[in-house]
Parts: sequence; C-alpha cells; structure tokens
Amino acid sequence: MDEILELLRGDARLAPEDIAAMLKKPVKDVRRKIQRLEEDGVIIKYGAIVNPEKDPKQKERVRAIIELGVTPERETGFDTLAERIYKFPQVESVYLISGGYDLQVIIEGRTLKEVAFFVSEKLAPLSGVRSTKTHFVLKKYKEHGIILSGKEKSARLNVTP
Amino acid sequence: MQYSRLVEQIPPSGIRRFFDLLSGQKDIISLGVGEPDFVTPWSIREEAFAALDKGLTSYTANRGLPELRREIAKYLAKYKLRYDPETEILITIGVSEAVDIALRALLNPGDEVIVASPCYVSYQPLVMLAGGQPITLDTSKTKFIPTAGAIAKLITPRTKALFICSPNNPTGTTIPEAELRKIAALVRRHKIFVLSDEVYAEITYSGQHSSIGSLPGLQDQTIVLNGFSKAFAMTGWRVGYVCCPAPLLEQILKLHQYCAICAPIMSQYGALEALRHCQDEAVKMRRSYLQRRNFMLYALAEIGLPVVKPTGSFYVFVDIRRTGLTSEEFALRLLEQEKVAVVPGDAFGAGGEGFVRCCYATELVLLKEALRRIKKFHKNLSVL
Repeated sequence: MDEILELLRGDARLAPEDIAAMLKKPVKDVRRKIQRLEEDGVIIKYGAIVNPEKDPKQKERVRAIIELGVTPERETGFDTLAERIYKFPQVESVYLISGGYDLQVIIEGRTLKEVAFFVSEKLAPLSGVRSTKTHFVLKKYKEHGIILSGKEKSARLNVTP
Repeated sequence: MQYSRLVEQIPPSGIRRFFDLLSGQKDIISLGVGEPDFVTPWSIREEAFAALDKGLTSYTANRGLPELRREIAKYLAKYKLRYDPETEILITIGVSEAVDIALRALLNPGDEVIVASPCYVSYQPLVMLAGGQPITLDTSKTKFIPTAGAIAKLITPRTKALFICSPNNPTGTTIPEAELRKIAALVRRHKIFVLSDEVYAEITYSGQHSSIGSLPGLQDQTIVLNGFSKAFAMTGWRVGYVCCPAPLLEQILKLHQYCAICAPIMSQYGALEALRHCQDEAVKMRRSYLQRRNFMLYALAEIGLPVVKPTGSFYVFVDIRRTGLTSEEFALRLLEQEKVAVVPGDAFGAGGEGFVRCCYATELVLLKEALRRIKKFHKNLSVL
C-alpha cells in the first residue's frame, strides 16, 4: 500500500505537513497525492471509528448480520439485487460471499422490532431473495483493524534501562 | 563494612540517576526511554501462552533451545554470518548477560579493551569487573563513528579486544561498510578480538546492516552480540545471544551455566516464533521508527538544534553545545521547565558531553508535543 495511504488509514487527521516531514517529501507533493487519491476514489471518505458501547445514543441500537440466499439474474448476476439492498440507509454493509449463502448484509436499527420488520418486509420479499437468516450482534470487539476497548500501551518506565 | 572494592569503584548508571529524578512526576513526556513503544507482537505472546499451556516450564539446555539456535543461525546468514548452532551460538538473558560473560571469558587482569564511546552504559563497568582495563575511544571527533585511524592509535601490546556497537546507542550512527573494512584489517593485523553489539541491526535505515564478523577472515576474531529486545519489541522477555568460535564459546558457556543456567523457556519459545513468523512485524516497526525519525529531524532543524544524523536505532543525539549549557543542565532545566525528559549525553561516557539523547520511539502526538515544548524551552534560552 502507498505509504501516505497507510498513514491516513491509521490516522485520517494527520496533517499533510506532518506526513511530509515523516516521509521526507515536499508538503506540496503530499497534498497533491492526497487530492489524487480522493479524486480517483481510492479515498472515499474520512470518518470516525466509534465504539457504540461508549456512545449512549448508539448503545441501545440493534445490529444484525443477515445471510441471504439469492438467485442471480441473467446479465447482471448479483449486482442488481445487491444495489437494491445497499441503497437502504439502514444497511451498513453488503458483501457477496462464497460458500453456504450469497449476500451478507449488516443492518442497524433502533429496536429489535425495527430490524425484524426490515428483514421481513423489505429484504425477504425482494424478488430473487430465496432465504434469509438473521443473526443479532451481541458485542463488537474490533472494527477496521482497531480494537474498540483501546490500544494496548507499553508499560515501560519513563527512563530505561 | 568493606564491600567489594572493585564494585565500589564502579559508578551507578547515569541513566538510572536521572530516572530517580523523574519518579513520581506527572505529565512528563519522556524521550528518555531505551526501548520500543510497541507491545510485543501478538503471535509471539500467543506462542509463549502455548508453551505455558503445554507445561513447558523447565530449564532448557544451557546453550538454549536447539531449534531456536538453528533459527538464529538461519537468521544470521542473512548478514553473511555463518555460525554452527550446535557449538557457536549461546542463548543468554538479554544482550546484557552476553556482554558480561563474553568479557569475563575473554579477559585476563590488565587486558585492555578499546571501547568506542559514547556507548551503552554497561560496557566499561563490565570490562572492569572482568579484570580488564577499558580504554576509551572518544568518537565525538569523528562524527561518532569509530575510525580505524583513531583505533590504531590506542592499540598497545596489551590490547585484547575492541568493543563496537552499530547501529549505535546513544548516537544513532552506523559504521559505514568502508570504515568497517578498515577496522577489520586493523583487527586482523593485531590479532585482537572484536565485540560487536548488534542489537539494533534490524533498525537500520541506510541499506542493510553489515556485521564486522561477516568480513573475510574475521569471524574467528569476532564475538557477535545480539538479541530480540529491539527488533521484536521484546525487552521484558530477556532473550539475547552470543556467537563466537567454539573454543571461546565453551568458556563462555561455563559462566552461563553457573550464573544463569538458561534463558526462561517461555521467552525462548516466544523468540522462536519471532524469527519464524514475525519478520514482517519487525519491518513494519522499523518503518514506523523511520517515519518518526524523519519527523524528529525536521522538527529539530526548525528549532535550530543541530543533530548527529541518525542512520539506525531509535535515538537522535542532539547537539546542545550552542546553548552554553552542559548536557546535565540542559536535561534538568528542560525537565523542570517543560516536563520533557531526555538523557544527558555524558551518561554514556566520554564524547557525550554537549549532547542529549532523545528516543523517538514514542507516539507521534506525544513527540509533537515534546518538540513544541523543546522549541519553547530553546527559544527562552536564546533570549537569555
């Protein structure tokens, strides 16, 4: 991976000036590179990684992983159906999966009922959807490579050895 | 009560003395550490758990686990060092023990050891404890690189060995291969030994690390000291090793048998995992140190503090002579006024005065804040 991209993946708020100093590159070049990454759609968006357990407003929200068995369409395969699904704002992510089922859909709702309603009234009836299997998320431990309970800190002393 | 006169002669570590000043103080940003800021990679920790799980809690062979010695031999081949894992490699409790027992096995009373200085705090005291006479080679006049020319001037009929460390703690310098070759020629000619502390070998920024032991014909006169602490962020595990010709290793082994028996078995299994599966992690850590080194050099240049250009390890040796302060004054005032800890260069012996050691193995945000404070401190000094 590009080193600038890797640094930004670790900390999106790193200033171009700091990145430039760390990589011994002119600030101008770093800015241009970041702009290009954005324009080319390599960097899609900058967001915060949130621990839902710590945010009182999100704490009660319900997340579910839904396994969908679907029938692909002639011409477009799974893409058309996937698009119809991912356009729902409740849908957090959608993956096409190999193995026992086809699409993995992760959704979020305010209540269990809301999620159940979405599955039974919105997802299941879509033409092409053969089966659904809903798993509710009990706890999130790690996301985007980041451990939600916080990074481990070295226990080293102030002056060693 | 009269204790050992020899031990009484030896001063306590200058780093430790500074540590006492720090204890209990809050909000300090410390650039005074001598270890990675990473926690040991998980798979290494996992292997140590597994070892405990399996009930592997016994002593190991005095020389260390055979499979670990074999992995070390393979690893050292990368640096063109060929050691027989059966007879030429000994696992020790960190490099610290390796330095101690290698010197004790090597020296007779009055033997001289030329020690390139500034250097890690243990070399000279351990030479003395082994009955030897440390002869200081002040490298500050040669950009903190020990040169063959300067070494030649110190060689006498009593010279038994030369002690070097590259990449270097505390200066961050590495000995260029051309100079290493000249030193090697000198060492060969005078038939002395070289003790080569290579614990920072994996943290080299100027191409691949070169070991003096890999130069033609020199392996028989070289004692390579290395370990896992820096490369794999394993300081607390205490695993190092010494490699040298078999007859000398036989002698070193006796000391190790009597004073340590073996390195902790679970640590040795962790070290085995490090060499087998964690080279990528080591590379990642090095890249992160390099980024922070670059940042540090950029910020120090902005402040207007000259440095010795570091090409390895995770230290930068900052030249504070223009401030008119001694190393100790600088470090103490910086600590008092801005709560940033650095280590006075004189703690590392001759040649270190006029410099302070800053370790940049610290989170970038803290590094930035520390440099902001150093800038403020330096500005106020300039005003006075």
